[in-house]
Amino acid sequence: MNILEILTNYYHYFLQGTRTTILISLITVFCGFLLGCVISLLRLSKNRLLNGFARFYITVLRGTPLLVQLYIVYYQLDFIPYPKVSVWGIALERALPCVIALSMNSAAYVAEVIRSGIQAVDVGQSEAARSIGMTGGQTMLHIVMPQAIKNILPAIGNEFVTMIKETSVIQYLGISDLMYNNGIVVTATYNPLPCYYISAVIYLILNLVAGKGVSIFERRLKRSDR
Amino acid sequence: MTGETNLLIEARGLRKSFGGNEVLKGIDVQISRGEVVVVIGPSGSGKSTFLRCLNRLEEPSGGQIIFEGSDICAKGANINLLRQKMGMVFQQFNLFNHLTVLENIVIGPKLVKKCSQEEAEQEAMKLLERIGLADKAQEYPSRLSGGQKQRIAIVRALAMNPDVMLFDEPTSALDPEMVGEVLGVMKDLAGEGITMVVVTHEMGFAQKVGTRVLFMDEGQILEQGAPQKLFTSPQHPRTQDFLSKVLNCI
Repeated sequence: MNILEILTNYYHYFLQGTRTTILISLITVFCGFLLGCVISLLRLSKNRLLNGFARFYITVLRGTPLLVQLYIVYYQLDFIPYPKVSVWGIALERALPCVIALSMNSAAYVAEVIRSGIQAVDVGQSEAARSIGMTGGQTMLHIVMPQAIKNILPAIGNEFVTMIKETSVIQYLGISDLMYNNGIVVTATYNPLPCYYISAVIYLILNLVAGKGVSIFERRLKRSDR
Repeated sequence: MTGETNLLIEARGLRKSFGGNEVLKGIDVQISRGEVVVVIGPSGSGKSTFLRCLNRLEEPSGGQIIFEGSDICAKGANINLLRQKMGMVFQQFNLFNHLTVLENIVIGPKLVKKCSQEEAEQEAMKLLERIGLADKAQEYPSRLSGGQKQRIAIVRALAMNPDVMLFDEPTSALDPEMVGEVLGVMKDLAGEGITMVVVTHEMGFAQKVGTRVLFMDEGQILEQGAPQKLFTSPQHPRTQDFLSKVLNCI
């Protein structure tokens, strides 16, 4: 079978896998970002315990392979009563541990990016905010964070795009993402090379679209720099 | 008014160290309502640190600061509430870069004093008109000159309706031709009777607008008095030396 025949006969496998990949990526990126914000705030905290925990978290999550983390989360958290239902052909029982592991991993990278972004905001900005009576929290939320986001968006965008590629490890837990379905087609056709080319192109398109989205967002945030 | 209610800020034995470096070595000073206290002295003498201790942007290492009768360093002191009453203007302006001029002024009253948007904006526009920058309300700070930024920073502090304004070298980062417009606004404020503490190198301002001048060196107030007296007949040899250098530099 050549690449065109594979596409005509098995396109729905690729489409369905792509949908799963997009879905898992979006959820992961969202949860990873939120968790990353929390970890970065802990990391910036003056409390030694919180700060130490955040350092430990970041070191471990960045220092071990994602695939290992995936398996550890899957087996370690097997006591959680995940709902035994499928959404769009994704078994939540296995998809949720994947989302947790990927988010935890992403959060570690996001946290370091956010931390450096926050530290890059001129200290005079928070001094001015505190001098008019804002609390530390208000200062962070209304003055520092909005400016930090602008600094960190390129790096965060990178992290998002990386995440789309990283999700491919979830095939090992039997989630029918793009790479998992790619494997099905390979087995069915005995012709791996065209399949991998198709998947590569799909991943590339996803990343280009995601990258474009980030840069549009970035441009909108830059209004105040004109 | 009695002397008791007239007293606004009092520093008692104020000390501040950074690591092993003692920057303030026991400052005692009383500032009354309506005074324009100008703090002068050589660089590194602790002027700015003294000013920043007054609203606890620097945490004093020792001594007390009493503002409107309460010790601002006391354990239960609500520093955010006290800071609302102490406006501060910085050398580097520190306008919020991601907000428009109007938003810069409105954010304090809205967020901290819980004023309504309309009320805060009306008040802000009034203040902007007073300094002749109403047409810049929708601009971002990056589009403004240094002098405009600093005037807006003053307005941002005024919008909180403070009882005292602290100025930390407000003209030191400005081009020479913009110094005048900022000093003009400050002079107007002084004319309205707003209490001010001004750290500056502008001797002309100290002489003409100040009601009292403090001379600081090496973390201590060496001499203080009315500007005419301090500038014409300084008593302390260090003051004499400093003034002879800054007043007759050519």
